[in-house]
Amino acid sequence: MERSPNRAKHAWMAKAALLGLVVLAAACADSYPNYPQTTLDPRSDFTRLVDSLFRQTFWWAVIVFVLVEAALIYVLWRFRAKPGDAEPEQSHGNTTLEIIWTVIPAIILVFIAVPTVKTIFKTSLPTPNPEVEVEVIGHQWWWEFRYPKLGVVTANEMVVPVSKMIGLKMWSADVIHSFWSPQLAAKRDVFPVFPNTKYPKINPLWFTADSVGDYTGQCAELCGIQHATMGLRVIVKSDADFDAWIAARRVGSPLVEGGRVAPGVDSVWKADTIHTKGQAAFVAGGCMTCHAMAGTPLAGAMTLRGPNLSHFGSRTTLGANMYENTPANLAAWLRDPQGMKKGSHMILPRPLTETEIDALVAYLRMHK
Amino acid sequence: MATSVLEHRPPALPHAHPKTGIWSWITTVDHKRIGIMYGATSFLFFLLGGLEALIMRMQLIGPNGKLVDPDTFNALFTMHGTTMIFLGVMPLSAMFFNYFIPIQIGARDVAFPRLNAFSYWVFLLGGLFINASFIVGTPPDGGWFGYANLTSSRVMSATAAAPSPGLNIDFWVLGLQILGVASLAAAVNFFVTIVNMRAPGMRMLRMPMFVWMSFVVQVLLVLAFPVITVALILLMFDRNFGSSFFMPDGGGDPVMWQHLFWIFGHPEVYILILPAFGITSEILPVFSRKPLFGYTAMVFSGIFIGFVGFGVWSHHMFATGMGPFADTFFAIATMVIAIPTGVKIFNWVGTMWGGSIRYTTAMLSAIAMVALFIIGGLSGVMHSSPPADLQQTDTYFIVAHFHYVLFGGAIFGLTAGAYYWWPKMFGRLLNESLGKVHFWLMFIGMNLTFFPMHFLGLHGMPRRVYTYPEGLGFEFWNRVETFGSFMLAAGFLVFIVNIIKTWRGPRNAPADPWHGATLEWSIPSPPQEFNFPKLPVVHSSVPQWDARRAAGGELPEPELVSGEDIHMPNPSYWPLVAAIGVFLVFFSLLFIRTWPSWWMFTIFSVLWLFYGVYRWAFEPAH
Repeated sequence: MERSPNRAKHAWMAKAALLGLVVLAAACADSYPNYPQTTLDPRSDFTRLVDSLFRQTFWWAVIVFVLVEAALIYVLWRFRAKPGDAEPEQSHGNTTLEIIWTVIPAIILVFIAVPTVKTIFKTSLPTPNPEVEVEVIGHQWWWEFRYPKLGVVTANEMVVPVSKMIGLKMWSADVIHSFWSPQLAAKRDVFPVFPNTKYPKINPLWFTADSVGDYTGQCAELCGIQHATMGLRVIVKSDADFDAWIAARRVGSPLVEGGRVAPGVDSVWKADTIHTKGQAAFVAGGCMTCHAMAGTPLAGAMTLRGPNLSHFGSRTTLGANMYENTPANLAAWLRDPQGMKKGSHMILPRPLTETEIDALVAYLRMHK
Repeated sequence: MATSVLEHRPPALPHAHPKTGIWSWITTVDHKRIGIMYGATSFLFFLLGGLEALIMRMQLIGPNGKLVDPDTFNALFTMHGTTMIFLGVMPLSAMFFNYFIPIQIGARDVAFPRLNAFSYWVFLLGGLFINASFIVGTPPDGGWFGYANLTSSRVMSATAAAPSPGLNIDFWVLGLQILGVASLAAAVNFFVTIVNMRAPGMRMLRMPMFVWMSFVVQVLLVLAFPVITVALILLMFDRNFGSSFFMPDGGGDPVMWQHLFWIFGHPEVYILILPAFGITSEILPVFSRKPLFGYTAMVFSGIFIGFVGFGVWSHHMFATGMGPFADTFFAIATMVIAIPTGVKIFNWVGTMWGGSIRYTTAMLSAIAMVALFIIGGLSGVMHSSPPADLQQTDTYFIVAHFHYVLFGGAIFGLTAGAYYWWPKMFGRLLNESLGKVHFWLMFIGMNLTFFPMHFLGLHGMPRRVYTYPEGLGFEFWNRVETFGSFMLAAGFLVFIVNIIKTWRGPRNAPADPWHGATLEWSIPSPPQEFNFPKLPVVHSSVPQWDARRAAGGELPEPELVSGEDIHMPNPSYWPLVAAIGVFLVFFSLLFIRTWPSWWMFTIFSVLWLFYGVYRWAFEPAH
């Protein structure tokens, strides 16, 4: 083999290595706020446990990577064929060396395995004393959140207080989904539990958020056509804000008085034309078939197909974190839900008139 | 590395049955021709799978992609995975099993030549069957892992877009069963071939490493495929006959599908990668001019990987919440696999240490296989840790991991094998300059496509999403990946150009263009139908190097002989008839829900199959 192609090759390799370094540097220089769904910026006790374990394994992997690839590159350079090379020594192996490079990786693995097992036992047991309990129910393609002790049912946006131990109990109403809130709770699959399921598999998860904020997440297990848009938000509020949020959400909740609202509230609603017109459209348009809504006869229903729409006006997003909750998006959704989210289970019994859509938009947004 | 360019070889010598024309290929039972058919077919399927990947990359080039519909995207990644695994990498390995296992062990053919033809035809029909779903408009869309209960029709049936369950998953369920028949028949065949057909002196511990790794693969196939077959039959019952094996409302459990699938699925990973390990272990010594470092350790690490590979399946399921004890067991078992894999990597480096390395395209690809597999292996160790995996599973980090293992590992290994063995198979050396262009495009393209997936996964991008919104920071690396994927595609275009150019060029390959160590280099390129005029007697694991040493230099070109007195099996079309029978049986099951008289078609198909097998059994083989 001549020299020059070899040199060209080495120049190539050097360039490739340089490019690799630049890419790595660029990746490292990137800051986490640019990635609101990142796993590398943990904001709870649970994800900090996971993250510190990941970082230990990561650095072991980096060390092994650098040493082995460096050895490989050294060998490739040092032992390249040169003209007139004699036949190399025909060695068949070296038992000592082979024992060494069996034992060293085994030792490194012990350093990974011990913290791994410790963390497994910390992360996979259900929390003994959650301060707030939330039931998470996956649906094709949205999330239901219930607060059984606080009497709240909501969808797609889980609100929790900061610095309190949150205990999740999770299952699914149809197929397997996976609840993933990268900064707060990592990921657990949720399994279908039907009314006649004999041995329901209800997965627990827990976390204590350490800072107030708005965190995104999404379903991580393929669950059908709109798996990609089965998003969620976890909104961490201060204690006072959380209590206020709960108090407001209890009005018309199926878990409080079966959805019946206090006579005072009811009479206020009945006096409001936006409300009465909207509710009429809600009933006439067939929305009640799938959606519970405060003030309607089926406000107390828990097993309808679609999300509970009480207090919809205070949700920040629409269609499971798919669109911003603006009047225009909501109107577009009501006009053509299949066009907004193809394959979604929302089918209109009949097309809504523009008047109905306007009434519904105003009505849904008024319920904060 | 051709040192001499041979004159155009005279046409093959006459033999009892025709050697040219389409009929000679349809009826062939020659392991070499079957190998070439496996290679050509699976390369076409591989290109199809690559095309599917390119469409996905175009969709994901920016946020809110609108190129394809969400259901089409689900079909694309389902078929990309299914195609690459069952119709791409596995049969590409089968090409080399077919062509080189018999030759490397000094045999004239496989143990059951007609069964071999049968395997190929069943594979071809199975591949066409699954892909026919695109033509009918109902491609499988439940992922290559087909998780129940998403794939159990009762739940899917309720979608507004598809009020009644389509045939999408049925195509997948039945197609995989057809392919399973092909894989099992081939596995039994190669297993028996390796055990029984070795030349005198070819002891087990003298077998070339490619044969050894292939041997482990056949054992894995025989043990793993029955499990997936059972799972698929249960799923078929759930879909068609109202059973509830995986349905939680009837007492079934969707997690059981995951266990059954991954008891098959994890050994499947080794089925995909071990042949590439074997090829790499063939190529590194030849181009370093040194024997394989630690032959015995390489054999036993391969066996150990295969064995422990059956005890790690649940590491695909850490997010299901199996409890701390199962998590611990499967985490440790998975970490243990890193040890024999490390032994292999170090022994490969040890093989090249002190050698005299010639950088042919085959060698570059084999080295890249080692270098890239290290990355895939290390990210594998990262998610062998269950808590860490709770962040990584079902994200692009996993996509990065297994593409480093299966593209960086398996495809680079197979590419190395293609450049290394092409002259033996076709009597023509692939062009080395084009080969290097191919290699570098593939190497850089591969890293540009798959390395950023690590970042995206850790930054929260899940797998199997047809779109992602703005604002999550996924735009930049997705654009880089799409760019890289087109570079990869360009690499394969160069490969195709190289193939066409070489095919048109003269027969320029000597018997031993690389100074190889194993028996295939002792016979003409391409070999005659009977491979060896006289069965070789083997004294070491490097018989061809022994011969060179004994001769004190270059060996003369082996002569073509008439081989009239060598009895080779007769051509037969009954394997094809029987294969069509297998195909028809599964095809008929596609109509269970839509055609009340489907069972009449099934009975007809079974009779067809029996008739084919009957005629095959009573046909004189010689």
